[in-house]
Amino acid sequence: MTLLNARKLVGGYNSMMILSDCSIEVAAGEVVVMVGPNGAGKTTVMKAILGMINLTGGSVIFKGEDVTSLPPQSRVVRGMAMVPQNHNVFTGLSIEENLEMGAYLRKDDYSASLEQVFGLFPVLREKRTQVAGELSGGQRQQLAVGRALMTQPDLLMLDEPTAGVSPIVMNEIFDQVLRIRDQGIGILIVEQNARQALSIADVGYVLVNGKNRHTAKGSELLNNPDVRQSFLG
Amino acid sequence: MAYLTDVANAFLWLFNFLILPATTYGSTLALGALGVTLVFGILRFANFAHGDMMAFGTMISLIGVEFLNRLGIFTYPIPAGLLFLPVAIILTAILAIALDRTVYRYYRSIKSPPVVMLMASIGVMFLLNGLIRLIKGPELQIFNARRIFPANKIDTVELIERFGNRAVQTKTDFVTQEKVVQVTEPEFVFFTVHDFKQATGLSEGFGLDLIQVLTVALAVTLFIALYWFLMRTRLGKGMRAFSDNEDLALLSGIDPRRIVTWTWLITGALAAIAGTIYGLDKGYKPFTYFQMVLPIFAATIVGGIGKPQGAIVGGYLVAFSEIMITANYKKVANYLLPEKWEVEGNLQLLGTEYKFSVSFLLLVIVLLLRPSGIFRGKVI
Repeated sequence: MTLLNARKLVGGYNSMMILSDCSIEVAAGEVVVMVGPNGAGKTTVMKAILGMINLTGGSVIFKGEDVTSLPPQSRVVRGMAMVPQNHNVFTGLSIEENLEMGAYLRKDDYSASLEQVFGLFPVLREKRTQVAGELSGGQRQQLAVGRALMTQPDLLMLDEPTAGVSPIVMNEIFDQVLRIRDQGIGILIVEQNARQALSIADVGYVLVNGKNRHTAKGSELLNNPDVRQSFLG
Repeated sequence: MAYLTDVANAFLWLFNFLILPATTYGSTLALGALGVTLVFGILRFANFAHGDMMAFGTMISLIGVEFLNRLGIFTYPIPAGLLFLPVAIILTAILAIALDRTVYRYYRSIKSPPVVMLMASIGVMFLLNGLIRLIKGPELQIFNARRIFPANKIDTVELIERFGNRAVQTKTDFVTQEKVVQVTEPEFVFFTVHDFKQATGLSEGFGLDLIQVLTVALAVTLFIALYWFLMRTRLGKGMRAFSDNEDLALLSGIDPRRIVTWTWLITGALAAIAGTIYGLDKGYKPFTYFQMVLPIFAATIVGGIGKPQGAIVGGYLVAFSEIMITANYKKVANYLLPEKWEVEGNLQLLGTEYKFSVSFLLLVIVLLLRPSGIFRGKVI
């Protein structure tokens, strides 16, 4: 089932048009990876999906509903979650409080979700009373993903989740992404570490100048000579 | 033994002229700084109108006292101004929210830089400045309830027994030429300096009145309540999260309008309380509150702007420094030093008229040595 259908997105910041014609589809329980050179508009696509930039064209359909004109708040309520690349945790709050903030809108008992996040990232349970600003880069990423999971999303968007972490932690994070996928959540990832990311992707998109260049299964993209030469080095 | 008495006297002098006044003054500054730091943390601008918001709240309490005066009701031993504090809190909170809706919200919606918000708050400051002077005048007015009774309808002897000789005056009414009794309700005093000296036989002492105790008790209660609110409640945690990382707060579904409204509500309430307790002690004069913005900002920045615990520590630090540097230590020195070293002149670092420069000095030192303040607040 298609969870997200972003069609022919056109837009950018003020006068700068970044997306010229970009379409992304994500299904439930699927990992979709976006790769592309710097400035291709990968992060902008995510912001557009969440409604953080103004679109001049195109539409965003989420769970069968047109959300193109809704503010980010309403999209979060409907089940979108995003982990920004930077400043993705509340540094002055404890780890537990960070996760609680993820559940801010929830009226139900969220202790089950909390247990789930702690199950996925055991290190967070150990340090639950510690201030988030004291965490290492990898732990911080885990907390950021944990906070997003606390909103009980159907679509989880990760903006470069492995930027600045060691290769070991990177593998760990990709591993956890697969475990999150297995819970039936659709995942959209923007990645610099294209090779590793595409190897876990169900679908991969290559974005150039705000347009789709290639769309295929992750493994196919990895073997595509054009993609290999231009983006995988 | 004689030396021990001298040490006791020196300490009592310090307690009465330094520690006690600095603690009460520090409580006012800390409460004021808490309001400034909350607004800075959440709305990200320095609110220069805070002193005048305090004056507004104090003015409401004062109007309440005058209302009671008209009715001729005694509230002793409770200070009449305190009875109207809840009204002052509500009205000041409403004022704060109204100012946000009419002024600050616009600048937020067009994403103005903090300096524009600051300038807007200076405009609001002048507006309030004028408003409170129009309503209640610019001169010093005291909170002690002053009631006038026709002389033939009141038992003067009973009043003197109850409030003391100085509180009761018999006068002739200027207009009607009738004899009237004017009663100035005194502050409730636990004991005076005189009582203390008589009881202990020492030559120095200190007095304690209800307002001093109330000031400190109220401040400490509010510190604890605010701490509990910020650390334990969902809304308080949301406010901290919003202050920490606005974008991520939005991604978590925290509603900025609700956070902003509550911030002004709490700030208005804190301003009314801080202003009124200061007024109960020192009287209400608009210019004093206008001036108080300076030490309040010093306290906020010294403690670390955006950090509530910093505002509290900063408030007491500024108050103690101001009073310590402008105090005249002649008596203390003469108690402690041998007789042949007797100090005849003043032993004072700075005249009291320079007390505001102390906050600035402290500010400069802290900004040079630790620009983010004691508790590592935001760097401006």
